Amino acid sequence: MDFDFLFRNFADLTITGLALGSVYALVALGYTMVYGVLQLINFAHSEVFMYGTMAAAFAVIALGGAATTSTGAAIGMLLVALVAAMLVSGGVALLVERFAYRPLLNRNAPKLVALISAIGMSFFLAEAMGLRDKITAWFGLDDNLEPYVGRARNVVPLPDVVDPVGVFDIGGYTVTSIDLLVIGGALVMMVGVDQFIRRSRLGRGIRSVAQDPESAALMGVNSTRVVQLTFLIGGLMAGAAAFLYILRIGATRYDVGFILGVKAFTAAVLGGIGNLRGALAGGLILGVAENWGSAVFGTQWKDVVAFVLLVLILMFRPTGLLGEALGKARA
Amino acid sequence: MSRPNTFARLGAVAAVAALVLSACGTTEDKTPSAGTSNGGPACGEKLAFMGALTGPAAGLGIAAVNGAELAVDQYNEKHADCKVEFVKSDSQSDPKQAPGVAKSLIDDDAVIGVVGPLFSGESEAADPLFNEAGMPLITASATKPTLSEQGWTVFHRILGNDETQGPQVAKVLTDIAKATKPYTISDDSAYGQFLTGATDSALGDALVGHDKIATGQTDFQATVTKVLDADADAVFFGGYYPEGELLIKQLRAGGWKGTFVVPDGVKDNEYIKVAGAAAEGTLVTCPCVPGDTIAAFADAYRAKFNEDPGTYGPEAYDAANVFLAGIESGINERSAMNDFVTNYDGEGVSKHVAFDEHGESAEIPIWAYKVEDGKYVALKQLA
Amino acid sequence: MSTATTQPRRTFGQRIEAMPRWVKVAAMVLLALFFYALPVLEPPFISTKGSDFGAVMFSVATYALVALGLNIVVGYAGLLDLGYVGFYAIGAYTVGVLTSEHAHWPFLLVVPIAVVAAMVSGIILGAPTLRVRGDYLAIVTLGFGEIIRLVANNTPWLGEAAGINQIGRPPNVTLFDVPHLDWSTGSPLVDLNDKTTFLKFGISDQIPYYWLALTVVIIVLFADRLIKDSRVGRAWEATREDEDAAELMGVPTFKFKLLAFAMGAFVGGLSGALYASKAAFINPESFVLILSILFVAAVVVGGQGNRWGVIVGAALVAYLPERFRGFEEWRILVFGLALMLLATFRPEGLIPPRRTVRARQMEQEIEALEEGEEL
Repeated sequence: MDFDFLFRNFADLTITGLALGSVYALVALGYTMVYGVLQLINFAHSEVFMYGTMAAAFAVIALGGAATTSTGAAIGMLLVALVAAMLVSGGVALLVERFAYRPLLNRNAPKLVALISAIGMSFFLAEAMGLRDKITAWFGLDDNLEPYVGRARNVVPLPDVVDPVGVFDIGGYTVTSIDLLVIGGALVMMVGVDQFIRRSRLGRGIRSVAQDPESAALMGVNSTRVVQLTFLIGGLMAGAAAFLYILRIGATRYDVGFILGVKAFTAAVLGGIGNLRGALAGGLILGVAENWGSAVFGTQWKDVVAFVLLVLILMFRPTGLLGEALGKARA
Repeated sequence: MSRPNTFARLGAVAAVAALVLSACGTTEDKTPSAGTSNGGPACGEKLAFMGALTGPAAGLGIAAVNGAELAVDQYNEKHADCKVEFVKSDSQSDPKQAPGVAKSLIDDDAVIGVVGPLFSGESEAADPLFNEAGMPLITASATKPTLSEQGWTVFHRILGNDETQGPQVAKVLTDIAKATKPYTISDDSAYGQFLTGATDSALGDALVGHDKIATGQTDFQATVTKVLDADADAVFFGGYYPEGELLIKQLRAGGWKGTFVVPDGVKDNEYIKVAGAAAEGTLVTCPCVPGDTIAAFADAYRAKFNEDPGTYGPEAYDAANVFLAGIESGINERSAMNDFVTNYDGEGVSKHVAFDEHGESAEIPIWAYKVEDGKYVALKQLA
Repeated sequence: MSTATTQPRRTFGQRIEAMPRWVKVAAMVLLALFFYALPVLEPPFISTKGSDFGAVMFSVATYALVALGLNIVVGYAGLLDLGYVGFYAIGAYTVGVLTSEHAHWPFLLVVPIAVVAAMVSGIILGAPTLRVRGDYLAIVTLGFGEIIRLVANNTPWLGEAAGINQIGRPPNVTLFDVPHLDWSTGSPLVDLNDKTTFLKFGISDQIPYYWLALTVVIIVLFADRLIKDSRVGRAWEATREDEDAAELMGVPTFKFKLLAFAMGAFVGGLSGALYASKAAFINPESFVLILSILFVAAVVVGGQGNRWGVIVGAALVAYLPERFRGFEEWRILVFGLALMLLATFRPEGLIPPRRTVRARQMEQEIEALEEGEEL
């Protein structure tokens, strides 16, 4: 157990952990909101995230991004990539709601069955991305779409349009522009969503359905629309997370959703499922804990850290760190 | 009222079943044509390749299967009326799928030999089945040394194993990379762990640190921190290209400037494509010969596949040719083929092909390569 | 006006129930014999081409065993367990470690140890977590399943990622050979070249393993029946339907939940032990999270709470991907789609438990009454 290493590189590990955790936090938002409103674990949310990463990568490839792109053009491309990721993720989230959940919710099926349906859709979506070369070949489009389809199950790189620029130093670690972008961007998004839920009319609708669906319906809230909106917001946030993720890691795979989804879900539970600020806290804490754990125990134990943390919290504080549910948010 | 009806129905079903089964006869004993045919090449035989044709490791699998396929095509051109069928079995190099794939090859009586399995992990799972069934195999890429120590009479390896590669990696680190502070990273595969372990032993006290990552991992930040903290000037990564390409990208993004050294598991065009600029200057060790320098082979390969030969292409080509030589001499059953392979002694494009009593290759060239301008360039033969 | 003597049409299930006991027993025996003979019969449409049919049948049998165990946890006691693969892995690794990695004990001796190990782990996991609410239990079990796999992946003592190979097998008792049927000419012919030795547990022929697994499944079915119809089964039903009411009525719900968990772990460990021996090689990749999810899917799709339903579900989950191996690459995509469709159009499962069928019939009757229709 190498505590020395941890203390020597504390700033480095903590800040990069926060960056990783920001991605977890944004994805966790989707899980926590759907759970707050429907008491359902949205298993397909991991694929919503993955599609976002692909959209961001494809956008930059389509715009001809390369290491030689000028900074201004690069920033423009990245903005397009961000928007693309958010739109695609939002769209996929709506599809998930429409096809995996709504038919079952309308029939009052048990929650476990809805879970299975979401799992099926998750497999379907991931495989569809992994088989995109075969699917486009079927339509005869594979030549035109070659750069996006390639050998479909391979790693899809984000072209190196940005060079991370060191901005300032903390405790021996040079914080780069990408680190700032990821952490800052995530914070802005989270605050935005938090304010939206608390202040806006639509946000009140979401909270009311989370609190008591029947009374909300009596009060004239259209619960179908609310559910759709919940999924959409979760999807948009996942898309933002996808963009930040691919910026940091530099590449994506068709199966990247799964493990990240499980971790993000862990983060949501850690912070208190149904609680938005809990998702933020949980994500950041998880990201940092994983890095610290890797440092002390060895990188191969990274994932174990996440799950042990989860099990411990649930045993000693089952409602999570921040506890409150979506419905009980103070207005 | 319903009981007699149900009874009658059950009885009827039973009667029909009895009728059908009574039509049973016995198949004539289907003996395969015994031993060798009259001096000419054996016809109707199949040669199989087993490895990852899809999935994350497919790059290496496709490079190898193409080499073997080229050999089969050339053979079939010469023997147009007595062709050999080439069976490509996709195991995704997954040890879980390997036994099932192996079994289906074993069950196909016409399959007389296997080029593969591609990776060491799947070999550990599938070779016991091949051994029990007496199916001769020549692997052109599985390099874990313990594979030849299990007592499998059907096992043959046409390239060097990691016990010989390990010390060569250490030499590359110290002599070519001129590293004073080498660091090693292994993945969790059978191949990566053994090779990195062998390298660590060869480096001895010079090694400044070691880390382990998991297959499928994408975020290597903690590892980057460790490398920077150890102030390593060279890093050896024992593993495969899906992880290697992301690792080097993140190392460079983290500001690390040292030399990256990788083994044959990373030597694939995907690595260069994904890692992009970060891949420049990477040193590679490989018990494989540079295919593009073997003129006849390289030209024929390019003519057929429209690209340069990949890693293990020449080795798979040689392996297939051993089997094809056996078929040409008239062998059409497995134990005779196994004897033929074990006793084979001839020239291949990658080396002089012969196997020792454990199935290991008698000649084991190891080469060093470098990534320059987005391509693998052969530096020198190390052994 | 309908006449008073018109009876409602009886369902297939009711007609089976109404048959005399000896007919039911005879039918069961015939059915069992058919399943024992199935891999030898190799019927044309059912037999799998690209994979070894015996191995696929073994896979079906182990999944059925797992489904039965998980059915106790999810279907009878109503506890959502998303980490069932952990028990499966503990059974498998115990066998691996004790017959190959660190000792060479005989397989039959190690199986009870493996099962006990799984059960103990079930109790250890259950004791602190079963007090927690439903959905949280699901997450904790998910975490537990992953922790087991990751520990196996990173512990040299357990073989790390390379796994354990050459795992011990049940003792061979070579008695006679059973020839397979060959259908390639259209009608069944006995193929004397394709034989299964009774009982040789080799590597290439998996059928004796299948017979062993099938026997275990039958034994567990009997045990399941006995338990479900006893006081324990009723306590589970009470706990599942309304835990607070059950507590008020004096049912020690926590103890029974723990018992369900332990029994589920028992069966899971047993299945894992059999799998390890048949596969002869295990590594952490054999016990990924997806497998837990597949197990749950098998139980839910088949009909949670109905032992026959979950067996059908397990058969589907294990068999279909192998049967359509020709469509290799599309397997998982089609499987995901199938899960979605099955869940959407048949949420109660393929063979729902009788209480669900009764409940639905009651609903229909009440609806009919409300609509003013004649009964």
